[in-house]
Amino acid sequence: MSLGRVAASLLAGRNSAPAARDELILVSIRLPRIAMAAMVGALLATAGTLMQGLFRNPLADPGLVGVSGGAGLAAAAMIVLGDTALPAAMVEAPLLLPVAAFVGALATTALLYRIATWGGRTSIATMLLAGLALGALAGAGTGLLVFLANDRQLRDITFWMLGSLAGATWSKCAAIAPFLALLLISIAAVGRGLDLLVLGETEAFHMGLAVERLKRFLIMLIAAAAGAAVSVSGVIGFVGIMVPHLLRLVIGPSHRLLLPASACCGAVLLLCADTFARTAAAPAELPIGIVTAALGAPFFLFLLFKQRTLLVT
Amino acid sequence: MLLNGVNLSFEPGRIVALVGPNGAGKSTLLRVLAGELKPQSGEVRLQGREIARYAPSVLARHRAVLSQRVNITFPFTVADVVRMGADRSDPPIEALVEAALAEVELSDLAGRVITHLSGGEQQRAQFARVLVQLAWGRSRRGAGILLLDEPTAGLDLRHQLMMLDSVKRHADSGALVIAILHDLNLAALFAHRVVVLHRGRVDCDGLPRDTITDAMLERVFAIDTQVGRAPASAAPFLLPHCTRLSSAARPPIDVRH
Repeated sequence: MSLGRVAASLLAGRNSAPAARDELILVSIRLPRIAMAAMVGALLATAGTLMQGLFRNPLADPGLVGVSGGAGLAAAAMIVLGDTALPAAMVEAPLLLPVAAFVGALATTALLYRIATWGGRTSIATMLLAGLALGALAGAGTGLLVFLANDRQLRDITFWMLGSLAGATWSKCAAIAPFLALLLISIAAVGRGLDLLVLGETEAFHMGLAVERLKRFLIMLIAAAAGAAVSVSGVIGFVGIMVPHLLRLVIGPSHRLLLPASACCGAVLLLCADTFARTAAAPAELPIGIVTAALGAPFFLFLLFKQRTLLVT
Repeated sequence: MLLNGVNLSFEPGRIVALVGPNGAGKSTLLRVLAGELKPQSGEVRLQGREIARYAPSVLARHRAVLSQRVNITFPFTVADVVRMGADRSDPPIEALVEAALAEVELSDLAGRVITHLSGGEQQRAQFARVLVQLAWGRSRRGAGILLLDEPTAGLDLRHQLMMLDSVKRHADSGALVIAILHDLNLAALFAHRVVVLHRGRVDCDGLPRDTITDAMLERVFAIDTQVGRAPASAAPFLLPHCTRLSSAARPPIDVRH
């Protein structure tokens, strides 16, 4: 919808039919989609920054805590087995898939946390390795479901895996809004802690940080944020790695600035990506996960090349 | 068991050197004192209270720890890292940071990314951070304790001496310093008290001239050396492999006249 038509529909009264239809498009379809793109972008990018701080590694991605794998498995299970396993009324509920995906994401992270925690200490390294294993297991489960799926179910699963904001509704936005609010409130409290963690867990403790408590909180926050995002929009990759990395090059590594900036930048980035996904192959829609990967990966490589020459000189 | 039957107490205003061979338990003891490791039996008390009962943020006001080799993966500058030692601006952090950087002679490099510096420079930057934490803690009525794990590792001689001079100044103003030192000559020169650890136990504990002796070196370090007295300070110093230099003549080592 061009800007002109948007303005016209807002200004015209409800009486004219074309204006009413335009308004319907605007309010029921476009605006929720814009809102969801912004929210999902903010959730993914901030979760990515938190992950990189927690793992002390600029390559960490929210998917590493099992969020994508668990959510994907739960979504696939719901798509393939839902028809037979659940009563008909439940299957039709619009939020069924997101809820299932969210539960899958949290369950996987909770399992990972239990595996990696012993004697009151959570080993991040163990989490990483166990996450890889659980991810592979989830992938196997999802693969099995794909094998069992019929054509329609297969298409649904595929589109879910590739990520899409097409199904944006106000109710989905309302469902993830509390998680975004929780995230934005929490990042004010964890900024200094994440900076201290960069020096190492022992050093952070010596400087006064309650390390285990912060790690626990961060894991929960990341799982909730990334889980919420993935549950409504499917698996959208690269935003979680790209945004913090990009911002760190521009505004520096201090988390007090980096975290809020990630939220803003993530929102904008995903909005742009979604606009591109909608318009590039119009009237068809590219799944947004493809857009972020196809644009994100070369950009990431470009950044690496630039850094390489800097290091040499 | 890494440590056994260690029973020590410390007073403010003293520099205590913790020495001993590799694997003697020095780092373990320091970590227990820092509150990082909980002893299986026994306890560590700070101002009468068990340190396990101090919240990490409160403990950070009382003691600052310099570890060996810190690995940093993000491009923080030297000033950023030094600033991390303090929490809020009370007294203003920038003044503390500037003073600490000047003390370790890194003021010129404050804006550089810390990972681009040499190992010795990074060590000095970490020391500056520890000094900031000490100063900030003391301004909040903290106990003023410095725990240093091989602070001179990787430093050139000038900066080794500079760091220990700095440590001495802080001890003179009331701080308690417990430092693991490998260089026994430096320990003898700067420490008020030397604690020798051997196989997890305290071998001897006292003034440098009473602890750094031929007998101790033979017993604990299994090296054959002679300990002399340096002029002016009367601190002991070592000449290792002394007896192998020449069978004909041993060099005179008491140079006091």
